[in-house]
Amino acid sequence: MEVATQSAEALKRQIATTEEELKRLKEQLAVVEAQSSIEKAVDGLELGAGPVTTGKWPLELEEYKRYGRQMIVPSIGIQGQLRLKAASVLIVGAGGLGCPAAAYVAGAGVGTLGIVDGDTVETSNLHRQILHNTAKVGMKKVDKIVEKYDLVLDCTDHPTSRYLISDICILLCKPLISASALRTDGQLIVLNSPPLPTGDASGGPCYRCVFPKPPPAESVVSCGDGGILGPVVGTMGVLQALEAIKLITSGKLLAREGEKADDASMLLFSANSNPPFRSVRLRARRAKCFACSAEGGLTLEGLSSGSLDYVLFCGVTTPVKILEPEERIEAREYERILKEGNRRDHLLVDVREKVQFDICSIEGSVNVPFSTLQGSGGLAAEGEMPAWIPEALPSDAPIYLVCRLGNDSQIIARKLKENGLGKDSRYIGDLKDGLKAWKEQVDNSWPEY
Amino acid sequence: MASEETIPIIVEFTGGLEMLFSDERKHRLAVPAKDSKGNAVTVGWLVDYLCEEIMKDNRKEMFVLDGHVRPGILVLINDADWELEGEASYALQPNDNILFVSTLHGG
Repeated sequence: MEVATQSAEALKRQIATTEEELKRLKEQLAVVEAQSSIEKAVDGLELGAGPVTTGKWPLELEEYKRYGRQMIVPSIGIQGQLRLKAASVLIVGAGGLGCPAAAYVAGAGVGTLGIVDGDTVETSNLHRQILHNTAKVGMKKVDKIVEKYDLVLDCTDHPTSRYLISDICILLCKPLISASALRTDGQLIVLNSPPLPTGDASGGPCYRCVFPKPPPAESVVSCGDGGILGPVVGTMGVLQALEAIKLITSGKLLAREGEKADDASMLLFSANSNPPFRSVRLRARRAKCFACSAEGGLTLEGLSSGSLDYVLFCGVTTPVKILEPEERIEAREYERILKEGNRRDHLLVDVREKVQFDICSIEGSVNVPFSTLQGSGGLAAEGEMPAWIPEALPSDAPIYLVCRLGNDSQIIARKLKENGLGKDSRYIGDLKDGLKAWKEQVDNSWPEY
Repeated sequence: MASEETIPIIVEFTGGLEMLFSDERKHRLAVPAKDSKGNAVTVGWLVDYLCEEIMKDNRKEMFVLDGHVRPGILVLINDADWELEGEASYALQPNDNILFVSTLHGG
């Protein structure tokens, strides 16, 4: 009997080990399959590397089938298709704009496609980066050069790169299709078209003509902080591909002698507006533009020597450092306060926007959004208590502030003190590193978003 | 004597600027036809008026910086860059559409 039990145990262990092994093999298979599907997709993009044409017809028979429906559109035609095949397009930024743009540029039959990106792919981006899948997370993206291409698509996500790319396109006489998106809004501009040399007022305006001064760094909101809807940024990326196809097929990659720029325009997209699309007329080249005018100071030498500091030009936001160490507590310290005390002994104010507070919050905390406190309301007239402080809260009870990362909470802590809420020897301070630290130190089930 | 006469205009905000204006993208306003000195009101005057009369938010520097519309904001008069229309000196006309667009950078 004992022998049988032992043998059963041994078999169970063996089954468990084998199941573990099977699971591991299945995971490996999934990764290999995902990679091969990506490789296939990438192979498909390199149409220029395919077999040479037979000579009788300018395209491969397969290509007539593949692009037939596009070629019978009057504005494309066989000439347009041949131009697409001969064209090379560089996409800078392989995120929410770059991925759909690349898919449609490639799908239209553009002969050479380059994709540059300095970032690594993060899981938080996957809802809008349709060419990636989880197997590629953590993989470094590709790196190439503008010079080798006919046309550039700016699909990056920061003013720094936008000024840099525009400057390079001006110096190398390449048209530039620039798009951006945030929340439910998108913007699209075709720049430097026609791509005439610097000093030629007939050329299309550059990014600096439209935005000579960069916005203050603190006014720049990223998709990570402000949020983004996949189809919104996808729409903008697809529109970039469309503009690329229009420029290529109409033969506008190179400026023709004596060509005048059409009025430059910017397309605005607001998913929640009616109508959602709106086109506005922009100015022509700026007579004193730093990049594209005759008297501007921009040169290829200056650019390649690194004498232009784009990061400095656009400004940098440094981590907020307003509070003194004694005005800040660790997340684990707050947990101890919660356990030892009673909730009425203190107040935890979460200053994230309501939409974030609704996702997850620490039990017992009250939500007073940063925008409310910084904006119109949230603080009472001098000598009075703001409405969000419970009446039952003793006047010397500590107020702790918390936010996502521990920046906004410092600003508000200082503001509350300046507003006189710290009198009566009330402690006002924040949770260092915000809810990020709460997850790391206290509650690893916290849903970080 | 300032005139009582007003002119109807539409002021719109997009690209996040609406957050500074009570989260309203479109504002139908009746603004005085003349400023305090009796001159016809301009877009430059309108920028100050919006800051003082319409914006409830305290973060004025997100809209006006050093006396000018903050860098990164495009001003469009009837869907054309205000630089095509004389910038701040453009005199407001009845039913003008003035659009303030904050540049986006995300991608």
